[in-house]
Amino acid sequence: MARVSMVDAISLALAHEMEIDDSVIVMGEDVGINGGVFRATSGLMERFGDQRVIDTPLAESMIAGLAVGMSAQGMRPVIEAQFMGFIYPMVEQLTCHASRMRHRTRGRLSCPMVLRAPFGGGIHAPEHHSESTETIFAHIPGLRVVIPSSPARAYGLLLAAIREPDPVIFLEPKRIYRLNTEEVEDNGEDLPLDVCFVLRDGTDITLVTWGSMVKETLEAAGKLDERGISAEVIDVATVSPLDMETIIKSVEKTGRCVIVHEAARMCGIGAEIAAGLADTALYSLHAPVKRVAGFDTIMPLHKMEMKYMHSVKRILNAVDETLAVS
Amino acid sequence: MPATIASFKIDYYQFLSPDGRLISNDVPPLATDWEKLRSLYRLMVTTRIFDKKAVALQRTGKIGTYASSLGHEAAHIAMGSAMHPQDCYAPTYREHGVQFCRGVTMSEALTYWGGDERGCDFSGPRHDFSWSIAIATQCLHAAGAALAFKLRGEKRVAVTQVGDGGSSKGDFLEAINAASAFHLPLVLVIINNQWAISVPRSKQNSATTLAQKGIAGGLPSIQVDGNDIIACRWAMDTAIKQAREGNGPTVIEMITYRMSDHTTADDASRYRSDAEVESAWQIEPVKRIRKYLKDQGAWNDKQELQLLKQASEEVQAAVEEYLAVGDQGIGSMFDHMFENMPRELEEQRARALEEMN
Repeated sequence: MARVSMVDAISLALAHEMEIDDSVIVMGEDVGINGGVFRATSGLMERFGDQRVIDTPLAESMIAGLAVGMSAQGMRPVIEAQFMGFIYPMVEQLTCHASRMRHRTRGRLSCPMVLRAPFGGGIHAPEHHSESTETIFAHIPGLRVVIPSSPARAYGLLLAAIREPDPVIFLEPKRIYRLNTEEVEDNGEDLPLDVCFVLRDGTDITLVTWGSMVKETLEAAGKLDERGISAEVIDVATVSPLDMETIIKSVEKTGRCVIVHEAARMCGIGAEIAAGLADTALYSLHAPVKRVAGFDTIMPLHKMEMKYMHSVKRILNAVDETLAVS
Repeated sequence: MPATIASFKIDYYQFLSPDGRLISNDVPPLATDWEKLRSLYRLMVTTRIFDKKAVALQRTGKIGTYASSLGHEAAHIAMGSAMHPQDCYAPTYREHGVQFCRGVTMSEALTYWGGDERGCDFSGPRHDFSWSIAIATQCLHAAGAALAFKLRGEKRVAVTQVGDGGSSKGDFLEAINAASAFHLPLVLVIINNQWAISVPRSKQNSATTLAQKGIAGGLPSIQVDGNDIIACRWAMDTAIKQAREGNGPTVIEMITYRMSDHTTADDASRYRSDAEVESAWQIEPVKRIRKYLKDQGAWNDKQELQLLKQASEEVQAAVEEYLAVGDQGIGSMFDHMFENMPRELEEQRARALEEMN
């Protein structure tokens, strides 16, 4: 079994599906000979040819619209938005068509397509390259929004996303593309969508997070452990549809919850989770649910970027506030 | 002096004059294929009778907002009749004539405009796209379908259209670009009916033709008289054949006129004169081909009466079929969101059903 980074795990998953399913096509800007700006599609064109790994003209809504047409006609396009900052021209095709093709036609046509996009801050990139706007897509009925947080989960979840008969927005936290490596067996085994992953069992507090923030949250849980506090850490993974059941079950056990996300607070997924807990688990709570969310500001340029991003300290502060309520 | 490195021309095709005469002897075989022309004429008349009925159904509250195709019959019937069943069609919201040629039933069209998604689960080619309301977005679906056909090596063609208004949108231009980059089996029709709700063609841009937008993307592009069924059908046949044989995409601008309001929710008298509409009636497509067929002895009053009777009966039967369609249960709102229904949605579905009881 090889140790691979998250971006390499994504390449492995793409290659695996292309190998076993001729209808899987990779399409986007610079995905061919260049292998994608982050190298997520590296080597695919050499292996599968330019009819399966397609460099497109530079027009994001065109890529999304073509994918709607192709997927409705029996292909499984995996398209790439080079950065989430350039995904917005695609939103019309996603909202008006990809998300509703099955519903509109009562199941006659559907759009089994995956839209991959690197997202989030922390790599000192130019403007528009660092935001986390997953909530925009989570709000569109008919789309799945999936965010991996490790090489193994990236591999298994991407396989599942490609195999899913409905559209999936697959957002890749680029800060952790190469942060660490993990043993990933390229065995074609997918991971379930629509469920959270409990990464660490605990009894005193539930920390709910996803994407790149899983790293800081796990570190915070480690620090808490040193202080004798047992934190349960949940990686939401599929942020829409949301697996509230796993989160509620955990909070019923711990009675306390802190939600950590990089995205802005307003209408963030954290708000939906907090509302779900208020709705179903209010009487299990010993303290108000806290959110460690991004400020409702424009993501700063890179000199101040890390002041926007959450530190372990910021997470621990929120945990302490929660624990202080008796 | 600079060197000219590119120049272009747009050819305009018209075979049948507005008063129903062949304008030259240089005409395609269709111009004297009486059986075929009669069948196209029947489809045009039937579509017009359906259209009139659909507007009446909206006025009496039996369907919702409806976009009339009055005046577009030559363009629509040419497009629909030129396609093969295995080809793929991506409509907007006004092309009922195309869809009827394809096999979508009148009752299914009324079901959709009557506010019921089941109209999109139509019996026409099951792979055809259903109505696309967001302007020009369907151009890319057709291009995507064409790309799928090309990648799989299938001899299938994708056909779509956009209006003069829609030709200003990025999706249309991006479809031209994609068709050019991938050499797609795609026929992109611009149905230039002079009006985008209240905005006239002259306000979309100052180009002499809309067809030349195809030239900009490297596509063969022509303009035809969109009220001349012979010209429209000839252009479609030529473009579809070219696409099917692997020789790439075409843009066809069909010049016609929207003789109705934009939709039943619109009042065109707010922005255009009666005189303009009156002059459009002088060049409209149905009268033109009827006059030609009658002058050639290929059609007579008795056949006309019989056609009107048959078409009215067919439309009436479709209306009755539509009115007999029962309600969808509230569960259907949830049932087609995903193939694999998420648990949260199952719970919402159960609650919704419970509230109904």
